[in-house]
Amino acid sequence: MTSSADASKASAGTPGGGSPFTGEAAARHASKLKSQDHVATGIITAIVALVMIILAAIVIYILVLGGGKLFDGHFLTAKAESVKAGGGIGPELFNSFYLLIITLIISVPISLGGAIFLAEYAPENAFTAAVKTAIETLSSLPSIVVGLFGLLLFVQQFGWGYSILSGALALTMFNIPILVRTIQQALEDVPRSQRDAGLALGLTRWETTTHVLLPAAMPAIVTGIVLSAGRVFGEAAALIYTAGQSAPALDFANFNLASASCPWNLMRPAETLAVHIWKINSEGLIPDLDAISNGSAAVLMVCILAFNLIARWAGKALGRRLTAE
Amino acid sequence: MAKQVMPKRRLEGIGLGVTGACVGLVALLVVTLIAMVVSRGLATFVQNGVDFGAFLTGTTWNPDQVNDAGQPLVGALPMICGSFAVTLLSTAFALPIAIGSAIFVVEIAPGFGRRVFQPLVELLVGIPSVVYGLIGLRVIVAFTRSLAGGTGYGIFSGSIVLAIMILPTVTSLSIDALAAVPNAYREGSYALGCTRWQTVWHVVLKSAMPSLMTAVIMGMTRAFGEALAVQMVVGNAAQVPTSLFTPAATLTSVLTMGMGNTVTGTLQNNVLWSLAMILLVMSLVFILIVHLIGKKGGKVND
Repeated sequence: MTSSADASKASAGTPGGGSPFTGEAAARHASKLKSQDHVATGIITAIVALVMIILAAIVIYILVLGGGKLFDGHFLTAKAESVKAGGGIGPELFNSFYLLIITLIISVPISLGGAIFLAEYAPENAFTAAVKTAIETLSSLPSIVVGLFGLLLFVQQFGWGYSILSGALALTMFNIPILVRTIQQALEDVPRSQRDAGLALGLTRWETTTHVLLPAAMPAIVTGIVLSAGRVFGEAAALIYTAGQSAPALDFANFNLASASCPWNLMRPAETLAVHIWKINSEGLIPDLDAISNGSAAVLMVCILAFNLIARWAGKALGRRLTAE
Repeated sequence: MAKQVMPKRRLEGIGLGVTGACVGLVALLVVTLIAMVVSRGLATFVQNGVDFGAFLTGTTWNPDQVNDAGQPLVGALPMICGSFAVTLLSTAFALPIAIGSAIFVVEIAPGFGRRVFQPLVELLVGIPSVVYGLIGLRVIVAFTRSLAGGTGYGIFSGSIVLAIMILPTVTSLSIDALAAVPNAYREGSYALGCTRWQTVWHVVLKSAMPSLMTAVIMGMTRAFGEALAVQMVVGNAAQVPTSLFTPAATLTSVLTMGMGNTVTGTLQNNVLWSLAMILLVMSLVFILIVHLIGKKGGKVND
């Protein structure tokens, strides 16, 4: 701060008859600025190194501590124990995936519609302004607030109780703003000329969108959906009071949709893996708490990393196929 | 001809109708959310007759007990202080790191920064909050204990966990902010003989200031609303924090712990909804601030 003020004063002072800013003084000033620049660059590089070390430490810590459980068949399939050691995470793992799929089935069409509206139609009126504000607001609301709203509306008002359906709808609210933003961005990134060509051929905006824009934007949309799936998979705060904190044992031979042990029953409580990690740690009842939470966290991390890799790979593969055709 | 025109117009109408209904539904849900949470939150004051001022400024949180005047002990100040303390402290931890990282990515090493560093930082967003909480519980609480003694639970531990959690949000938005500064500004500065650091400090950061403020507030919004990770490390003692290293509580941690243990319609349950209402209102205030900064920033650039 002061150095540049000095510099401007000094250089301005030259014609006015003050001390000339030349020779030794200028050289000293220049070398001071240069070393300042070097120090700043060094500090910033150190910060970046620190961030990368933190990230690596988190991933390695979780994978090293819980990695052994990744290949433990009993752990991955058995029912969780509430007070004894030796429990597994079978139902929780299934619930996480099932809840994710139901959430995507509900949230993808709504987000797609919303994003098409915002990217293609969006007349400049109060309605557009209002929905834009609403989606922005929803994206910044804490997920615990969304979960509590789910408790009020779905669990209590609609009487669905702690259920997969309540949980999926809460997750849908959490997921919609993320999806709308990525899909809208994907649609807007399609070159203007493609849109104009469709409209010039006499297609309606709707036909242009479904036949031209959506296929062109598909790689980015798929990447966005899979990335959002990773976020949904790890979400817990929105679920503890909607999908519940208990996981009844599942019987995969049971197809009675009204039975609590039927895996596909939408009205049964379904604790997910992320909720399970939180619950066993806040209760602290099981003797092998550390081993179970390490293992669960490792499974969760591997799934999230897989979602990230799949997102990148699927987007690229789709993009290649579309451009090759 | 007319036969063809009609279906087309109808198709367009259907497209607009269906997509409009999607966004309309989302907007309706948001309005319902705010209305329902606020109406439940107000029940404490309307039904149970608790004084709103006493609720905001009361320092004792013990909804099962009443004081000498027969008023329930539902002072929310401990949680409000706790929430603001972890939010401000975690932002203070995260901000220099985030801005340093953004300067690195935009000004120092764009190749490595954009291709390697930025995707890695975005990976941090995807790590679930319970995993952060678990690591906080094991590593950071132990570290704090060795640093300051006591239990290790408290605002300091919560802030470190939150700082790591909001780091990617603030970093990504700061990168966008710095990248949006026109190159002509940098070239002008270099042409005057400024060093890179002078350019960054006096030109780039200054002209990106409104967007950087937005980045900071978005980070604070996330920190303020984060529930499980904080709850796991903050210690959950509802008292006005006097030290960074003693157990405390936040709005979200009390909500997470208490909501399942109270009966709907009772005072104990209603005051929790009042806490949820405060959380909601604060989040809306943060969103409003972001809006205002956006508007002001837009005017400056015009």
